[in-house]
Amino acid sequence: MISAFPSPLGSSFAAYVRSTSDEPVILSGPGDSIAPHGTTIVGLRGDFGAVLAGDRRATMGNVIAQRNIEKVFPADEFSLVGIAGTAGIALELVRLFQVELEHYEKIEGVALSLDGKANRLSTLLRSNLGMALQGLAVVPMFAGYDTRASRGRLFSYDVTGGRYEEHDFYAVGSGATFARGSLKKMFDPNASESDAIGIALEALYDAAEDDSATGGPDVARGIYPIIGVADQRGVRIIEEAEVAEITRQMLEQRSRRPDGPMVRRGDAG
Amino acid sequence: MSMPFYVSPEQITKDKADFARKGIARGKSIVVAQCDEGIVFVAENPSRALHKISEIYDRIAFGAVGKYNEFEQLRVAGIRLADTRGFAYDRSDVSGRSLANAYAQTLGAIFTDAPKPYEVELVVAEVGADRAQDQIYRLAFDGSVADEAGFVAMGGAADALTTSLRDQWRDDMDLAAAVRMAVSALGDHGAEATRTLTSDQLEVAVLDRTRPRRRFRRIETHELDALLAG
Repeated sequence: MISAFPSPLGSSFAAYVRSTSDEPVILSGPGDSIAPHGTTIVGLRGDFGAVLAGDRRATMGNVIAQRNIEKVFPADEFSLVGIAGTAGIALELVRLFQVELEHYEKIEGVALSLDGKANRLSTLLRSNLGMALQGLAVVPMFAGYDTRASRGRLFSYDVTGGRYEEHDFYAVGSGATFARGSLKKMFDPNASESDAIGIALEALYDAAEDDSATGGPDVARGIYPIIGVADQRGVRIIEEAEVAEITRQMLEQRSRRPDGPMVRRGDAG
Repeated sequence: MSMPFYVSPEQITKDKADFARKGIARGKSIVVAQCDEGIVFVAENPSRALHKISEIYDRIAFGAVGKYNEFEQLRVAGIRLADTRGFAYDRSDVSGRSLANAYAQTLGAIFTDAPKPYEVELVVAEVGADRAQDQIYRLAFDGSVADEAGFVAMGGAADALTTSLRDQWRDDMDLAAAVRMAVSALGDHGAEATRTLTSDQLEVAVLDRTRPRRRFRRIETHELDALLAG
């Protein structure tokens, strides 16, 4: 029997893979205690675009499982995705999301709108709800440059696939509480791109200071946070040498004032 | 009492092939050629939205002539196959050869089993690090595959086009030279008077070997005008 139209989700890679295979697209993992967990991601946005940054630590209980894990990725030409939570599932989710966006773009000839991309991530995340309830949760953050609205946008998620657009800044993962406190004091709505990168690094440093699962910059090994930027030219991951230099300046200032830049009461910017 | 007629396999195959050839000959043409920068696709296509050329995967692109709904279905199937393989294995495991094989099987099965063969011809090209590693496969409506080198012409007056290209073709052309050659051949073929095709009648894309990851790039009107003015 020939139906009048192909499925309305005909441009979805995830829907296609599910329809052709019994295997769950997001594979199940073993128990909570033996799977590495990624920790803190911070994001902030402005008219210039958006910045997403993540520390490099993965933990397994009280053990540091990996000190150079990458948790921020380009999702496509104009958007970034960062992940906190069970690393194996999260990395698979990122890979699926990247293919999902590219697949749509190739089949339809145009890229999805930024809202469309954010919604697709929501749906993919919801398919992992069963695993999340067993302790293998993934919490992503999505940031991108909206070419139609000419500004950066930032989205946070919960494990049920709930999608929330953040006005200015957000953080997820174990160190998120501390990072958010830091971002709250330092965020500047008129920040330039380089200011935003500096603020993100400060917030990650503050998170690493108070959360044992978040890694600080490892100068001895040359391991620094991964920072992604989405602006009108597209996305890019900042070169390691550049991050090293910004980190060096931050550490120099922190050697004088270890708690980071002071925000004066009454300074309304 | 009516008797079913016996029709020999030779006759069925010939009828189907004639039918498919006629359908393809009615359409506009496409030229695919190697150049220094990669593999360029040039199609005569006045539509900005209904493409004859498409990206399939990182190094692989697709060009088609004939009936739009039929090659569109094959194009989507190709993207699905490539994305599924790349997701299941690795991006480097997706090859033009396996895609050409899949198309050959499908077109062959349709030609034999379906009441009507597809009125399409396809090119699947995979760009390599240099000319020697480029692969260009031409797929006919009956599933036959040809591994081509240099250039391929398909569609309307493919034979006349091929003759014209053979005269102009050199193996040291850059992108601009290859585009100009393809455009002049597309305007030149057939019994009609020579036409000069302009950028709004053309769809041009290149698999650019110098690009990172996704090599496919469309050449839009502005850049195409500059190439043609050369």
